[in-house]
Amino acid sequence: MISMKSSKLAKCIAKSFQHNMKQTLFDKVWDAHVVDSIENGPQVLYIDKHLIHEVTSPQAFEELEQRGIPVLRPDQIVATADHNTPTVDQHLPIKDDLSRNQLEQLTLNCDKNGITLYQLGHKYNGIVHVMAPELGFTQPGMTIVCGDSHTSTHGAFGAIAFGIGTSQVAQVFASQCLLLEKPKKLRVTVNGTLKPNVLSKDVILYIISQIGTNAGTGYFCEYAGEVFENMSMEGRMTVCNMSIEMGARGGMIAPDETTFAYIKDKEFAPKGAEFDQKVTYWKTLPTDVGAEFDKEYFFDAQDIEPMITYGTNPGMGVKVSDEIPKQGDKSFDKSLQYMGFEAGESLLEKPINFVFIGSCTNSRIEDFRVAADFVKGKQKAKNVTAWLVPGSKQVEAQIIEEGLQTVFENAGFQLRQPGCSACLAMNDDKIPQGEYCVSTSNRNFEGRQGQGARTLLASPLVAAATAIEGKIIDITKQLN
Amino acid sequence: MEKFKTLTSTAIPLAIENVDTDQIIPARFLKATDKKGFGANLFRDWRYDKNGASNDAFILNNPNYGGSILVAGNNFGCGSSREHAAWALTGFGFKVIVSSFFADIFKGNSLNNGLLPVQVSEVFLKELLQELSNNPQSKIEVNLEAQTITILNGNRSEDFDIDPYKKTCMINGYDDIDFLLSKREVIEAFELNRN
Repeated sequence: MISMKSSKLAKCIAKSFQHNMKQTLFDKVWDAHVVDSIENGPQVLYIDKHLIHEVTSPQAFEELEQRGIPVLRPDQIVATADHNTPTVDQHLPIKDDLSRNQLEQLTLNCDKNGITLYQLGHKYNGIVHVMAPELGFTQPGMTIVCGDSHTSTHGAFGAIAFGIGTSQVAQVFASQCLLLEKPKKLRVTVNGTLKPNVLSKDVILYIISQIGTNAGTGYFCEYAGEVFENMSMEGRMTVCNMSIEMGARGGMIAPDETTFAYIKDKEFAPKGAEFDQKVTYWKTLPTDVGAEFDKEYFFDAQDIEPMITYGTNPGMGVKVSDEIPKQGDKSFDKSLQYMGFEAGESLLEKPINFVFIGSCTNSRIEDFRVAADFVKGKQKAKNVTAWLVPGSKQVEAQIIEEGLQTVFENAGFQLRQPGCSACLAMNDDKIPQGEYCVSTSNRNFEGRQGQGARTLLASPLVAAATAIEGKIIDITKQLN
Repeated sequence: MEKFKTLTSTAIPLAIENVDTDQIIPARFLKATDKKGFGANLFRDWRYDKNGASNDAFILNNPNYGGSILVAGNNFGCGSSREHAAWALTGFGFKVIVSSFFADIFKGNSLNNGLLPVQVSEVFLKELLQELSNNPQSKIEVNLEAQTITILNGNRSEDFDIDPYKKTCMINGYDDIDFLLSKREVIEAFELNRN
């Protein structure tokens, strides 16, 4: 273990593999789910929970039907409608034929196969990575998959959770298992205390900006250290959510009292003596002292400031007050050209017309509390369209119950209904061509929020401040 | 799944790094409930402008280039898990993607659809891109059994890695469902054991 003092700068230590009886959190959960192994090949991994949604499941159901294969364990599957749903007038029939058909197909498939579906309008409906944890489906030590790369979110509970393709969705339907090679192990440690106004989103954007978008490819990542230990479950979910943006299939954080307190009394969580028994098991899961990782990075919390991205991948992030780097390969130049930015310039004072607070990264109650806290008593800038999209019906209800809706509406923000919304712009929530959007989502890829739209990823606080000012400001200066 | 043994073809160079699956197939085209028709929208926003006019500067629209091999920059297929990306590439006619690095989920999705991801060194990738830039009609040979990729002009070759199980699947056209179904008893025994 490297001491804090010597880790002022990020250090990467690639360790040669040594056989070691000490196990990591990842090893413990993985090994407990191995059903069988192929010599020199992949392992058969048992899946506890399979989450599905309307976009990546229809072709899997079709495949099974064509081959006459039944769904093996329908009671281990939970379905929701989220990617392709409107965020206004959810009680009305969906106008777009293709979208309506996709949702009807999900209902039909779930009915036919005895799968629980929380469809549009249901009090438990929401973005799959928001509703499953808040209902208690997500628990430590589980294996969880979903046809969505941000399934890594659930790793915040000490579960092995990762995104899969549609062929794999069909495999899990058919066998409740997947064929996988065991990934390598990566640990990112951040010790120290975060500065005021630095949120979990800033932490993960900082990490990705330091290690790059493919540093985690082939690895499962564990986040360790004081910063994550002191984070709420919402914050931990934000961090694990973006593991895939550094290439890692999943991210994990050791379960602790914060985790247990979050799960306790959730609708579908174990209750009473069963819960206590589970907690006893969950407490055995954290990584053993001295366990080996294939690669490690260390960061100091004091080096992290509010972040923003300037390019077209999530690794292209800087402190809000910093300038865009002057680096210049072909892909970097192409990216800046798309964004309409110059190398070496500052993002401060750039006018912004769109702000989006939502997505599986930042649409939980804590995110809206942070935003409301800043917005309270202020007015959004005239040039700004500000969309607030809660992650679930439960979050929406909480926003109303806590009086945040009034705060937002008084400030000129629009509270919409739950769904993935402008994170991937499959529905009508699109940012217009050429416009900038400061967004709390996870991807700033070209066209991600609409054809020609330009996305700047940031925390809910930076997004809220942008909406009030109508331009990018140095939030630390304003608040300190 | 279609079988794959060897392929000799011209290739299309896409010298861009971090090509994400949102570029391969934008989200607005993910509303279908079957696997057909995605090829038409492959790289949609690079191939066409907002009004649907063809972008002549984009390599897929260059009449000098064609073939069933795509040679792309580092970290190809990052981002979303959408298998629609693999369906768009196969739908367009690609059978092999060459890059110096592939994102995990994309790689798995490709292999599950008979689309072979060939990972080469940075040096060989550069050589390939250079060769295709100089000579658009240059033929590339991919031999899965021997695990080699060869630029036939000058006979420059490199070996590539593939999981032996996945190699067998590709060569024989098997998929994972067949294998997993054959494990039914072991899986049920595992479930009983845990409860």
